[in-house]
Amino acid sequence: MTEPKAAKPATEKKGKSKYDYSDGPPALNINLKWCKACNICIALCPTQVFEPDSDGKPFLARQEDCTQCTICWTHCPDFAITSNYK
Amino acid sequence: MVDTQRTLLLGNLACVQGAIYAGMRFYAGYPITPSTEVAEGCARELPKIGGRFIQMEDEIASIAAVVGASVSGLKAMTATSGPGFSLMQENLGYAYITETPCVVVNVQRGGPSTGLPTKVSQSDTMQARWGTHGDYTAIAVAPSTVGDTVTETIRAFNLSERFRTPVVVLMDEVIGHQRELVSLPKPGEHQVINRVQPAVPPEDFEPFGLTANYVSPMAAYGSGYRNVATGLTHDTMGFATNRPDEIKVKLDKLRTKIMDYQSEITKLRVEMMDDAAIAFVCYGSVSRAALLAVALARRAGVKVGLVQLYTIWPFPDNKLRDYCGQAKRIIVPELNMGQLVHEVARVMPPDTEIHSLQRYDGEILTPMQLLEKLEEVM
Amino acid sequence: MATVEKSQDTDKQKSDVILNYLRPKKIFPSVWCAGCGNGVVMSALIRAIDRLGYSKDEVALVSGIGCTSRLPIYLDFSALHTTHGRALAFATGVKFAQPHMKVIVITGDGDCLAIGGNHFIHACRRNMDITAILINNHIYGMTGGQGSPTTPSAAFSTTTPYGNVEKHFEPCDLAQAAGASFVARTTAYHTPQMEKTIMAAIEHRGFSLVEVISNCHTYYGRLNRLGDAVSMLRMFKENSVTTAKAKNLSPEEMEGKYVIGTLYEDDKTEFCDEYQKVVDAHMEGK
Repeated sequence: MTEPKAAKPATEKKGKSKYDYSDGPPALNINLKWCKACNICIALCPTQVFEPDSDGKPFLARQEDCTQCTICWTHCPDFAITSNYK
Repeated sequence: MVDTQRTLLLGNLACVQGAIYAGMRFYAGYPITPSTEVAEGCARELPKIGGRFIQMEDEIASIAAVVGASVSGLKAMTATSGPGFSLMQENLGYAYITETPCVVVNVQRGGPSTGLPTKVSQSDTMQARWGTHGDYTAIAVAPSTVGDTVTETIRAFNLSERFRTPVVVLMDEVIGHQRELVSLPKPGEHQVINRVQPAVPPEDFEPFGLTANYVSPMAAYGSGYRNVATGLTHDTMGFATNRPDEIKVKLDKLRTKIMDYQSEITKLRVEMMDDAAIAFVCYGSVSRAALLAVALARRAGVKVGLVQLYTIWPFPDNKLRDYCGQAKRIIVPELNMGQLVHEVARVMPPDTEIHSLQRYDGEILTPMQLLEKLEEVM
Repeated sequence: MATVEKSQDTDKQKSDVILNYLRPKKIFPSVWCAGCGNGVVMSALIRAIDRLGYSKDEVALVSGIGCTSRLPIYLDFSALHTTHGRALAFATGVKFAQPHMKVIVITGDGDCLAIGGNHFIHACRRNMDITAILINNHIYGMTGGQGSPTTPSAAFSTTTPYGNVEKHFEPCDLAQAAGASFVARTTAYHTPQMEKTIMAAIEHRGFSLVEVISNCHTYYGRLNRLGDAVSMLRMFKENSVTTAKAKNLSPEEMEGKYVIGTLYEDDKTEFCDEYQKVVDAHMEGK
């Protein structure tokens, strides 16, 4: 992965996650070889979990803000995001 | 003992009988004179044997449905005439490149365009070879009697399954609409060939892999082999390719699988050629006039013979040279403005006189017309 | 270039189920542009088929020519990539020959409604149990951005450089009038609805049409200044109205809007069922 831009502070949450993350936040896995940097996941995520890296591909800046809404991986045209929920 | 299989049969319906004998269980077609009885016969007969008949919205859809059915695993056929044959060309090309077995019957009529719906011609002979765009090799067979139509249709299906290719049955309006007394073949009398199935598991299977005889096995839908077929030029996995080496392999395969195995495809009838100085080279319904003309001429002492082509394409270069070797003059009678005659001229030695006897006014060449030409040429 | 890879995570993941349906030995990512709606539809289609529980051998995908029509070859079902406009005719052959299979046609606005128009009408009329997913991006994408029968009036394309003087079809209206027994519309934005709609369409016994309003930002979007993939998806969201809401809106309020959801459904008899009755009645040796 390339260098991420500066992450937002963890306290600035857009929404409250309804899941218990005591075991660690849900893993969102990004396949950078398949990602074409279309920006859909980054733009549509309601809690802004992603930031674009220098290639425009998503970087997990705020994984703990993920609410498991599934918008990212159901909209990814290239199956580049997988998650371990739902 | 009365032969209960002997029946007065319409040419078009003889085609249906041959197809059913060969295992055809799917027909999709569109009405067009003079082929319509093939469709109607299939509409009546197929439900009785658990087969499927559908009248599609046009000929393009007909050949598409036939190819779809064949890809999925059924032996499939359609029948048409000139205008419909023209419409079918694009999807025929699809069948050629995807190596999908199917039989297309063309009951030829006068053309071009709407032409002469109820009159005979043989003017689609070249189209059966070159009708669709691109490079490919075609197989076309031509019956000359109602009895032939049964056996040539069986042979067409066998060739299409053996070589994984469309086969055109070049009938014409005279044969299609003629009734003759025919003995239908009994089960087991003729061999029925089916496409070869894969011998390796799906994960190792290449749908268009090169085999010893260049014909790939073909699995039916639902059998575990989830093949891909595409009209784009493709590699041995069926994936589209732009690589020159892979393109050449694919196109060579389409040619080699047929041209290297012509001994299994060529079929001729040779009469009185051993000492013939003049030969008729004919096909289709004209062959009947030629047979009588040759018999009459021989009675008058003329050393004339006949070679009737049952397989038109691939054109039997070597066999024709073998049989017509000593004939210094060849007459090619055709119901068109000279089509097969060009092939004959191509293969015979340059010092052979090739004469084209053409009739293209919607009527059949008579034995008398052939004899007149023979006299003229002698 | 990548071939099919499993997820890095060792746990079996629900979103991973998609990867199981990708064709082995096929090269990924797809040839489609970054953000293309075709990929979104492919994703929803896989999830729908998986949810319905069909085995891979039971499904056949048939397509014509166009960007959309590239879809079947990426998936591990029987795939028939045919000639321009003729997918429904080939599919009719497949389905009628193998009625036990689920036959899904993937087509585009040009492929289905221009050159394929006649086959579309008759597929609807016959009501054979085929599901047609018409991915409508209002343009001919594969050939570089020409107008299609669904390109709106006054819109720009490479063959309507001064604005389209023609009027466009509504494929859903056409389908219903021609006899389709299930007609629905969704968009590339509405992925949960798309998944459910595709499931309902496949399960419906008869000809089902699912029109998916989709984004070709490379041509249609660029030529008509609609922005990138994200802005087009947001536009679909803004301009979509559910069937329930649409009932209460005036024609002026509905101007430029898409009605999404199941638009029409009936239980007309299905073609293969009716033909089977003929076979049952006439088959010899019973």
